[in-house]
Amino acid sequence: MPYANSEQTGDRPSVPVAIKILVAGGFGVGKTTLVSSVSEVRPLRTEEDMSEPSSLVDQLDGVERKTTTTVAMDFGRISISDDLVVYLFGTPGQRRFWFMWDELAYGALGAVVMADTRRLADCFPSIDYFERNGMPFVVAVNCFDDARRYPSETMRSALNLTEDVPLLLCDARQRPSSRDVLVALVEHAVARLSETPVTPAR
Amino acid sequence: MTSANSWPLVLRADGNERVVRPYALTAGRTRPSGASIDVIAQVSVVRTMGAEFAPETLSELGPEHLRLLRFCRSRVSVADVATEIDLPLGVVRILLADLRDRGLVSINQPAEAGLSDVRILKEVADALRKL
Repeated sequence: MPYANSEQTGDRPSVPVAIKILVAGGFGVGKTTLVSSVSEVRPLRTEEDMSEPSSLVDQLDGVERKTTTTVAMDFGRISISDDLVVYLFGTPGQRRFWFMWDELAYGALGAVVMADTRRLADCFPSIDYFERNGMPFVVAVNCFDDARRYPSETMRSALNLTEDVPLLLCDARQRPSSRDVLVALVEHAVARLSETPVTPAR
Repeated sequence: MTSANSWPLVLRADGNERVVRPYALTAGRTRPSGASIDVIAQVSVVRTMGAEFAPETLSELGPEHLRLLRFCRSRVSVADVATEIDLPLGVVRILLADLRDRGLVSINQPAEAGLSDVRILKEVADALRKL
């Protein structure tokens, strides 16, 4: 597909390419661990929605009315070259955070949904979200030391994953393992691209 | 000048520091002006900081605006700005939009072309493999 900013002879757009990847999943599933094993992770604070903005100006002292929600995301950056950077966002997976996903998901390459076999249901909302959104995603089962191992097919069926969604086992503490998850996601996105020239929303 | 939760502080007349809620920095505004600003949009100062900025332009700006201007001398993402300046993303967006309104920074939305270009994605995959 041709794009607007390409140079006539160049292989790349002249503007820098920024790739956004989301890392989702339940609380304590290892999102921070995964992001920090492949990049330098920093907390990104978001402060969401105020109902009556102007009132705040007048109430600097002891504002008790809680009109904002503070959500911290894990933010990691992998600089591939001067003009190609991958940004990772570890986002809380619970349904109540979906409001911030819509914006984050916009223009994202895809998502890694992390799962823990001891609390498999925690990743359901994330899977639901990306299935609805039509965004490429892979499921990475973080193999905690004390968690029981299950065959991939068992987990795939427990998660009700369609055939085309890659499912990987990983150890988020290990850089090569986390790296492989990201590579799998990018390859999955490439595969989706070559299957469907115009990606329909599912 | 740090507080437990890193909210910005201001100095009061009596010399004591006081915590300021983040949206006080934006005069209560919760939405940026103008076009939306993606979390990975790239920000850069239109000109280098210094004499070429009209003093009356700079005098309209708050200390946080000036911090942002200093930090955006080289191209950075909005998320980088927010983590570096340690302000919530929403506040940073509003302050950046103020700077954009005054023609001080340019904010480039990420090129979506990258996502549909197999060559770029393969380049990303190759680079990640080397991590």
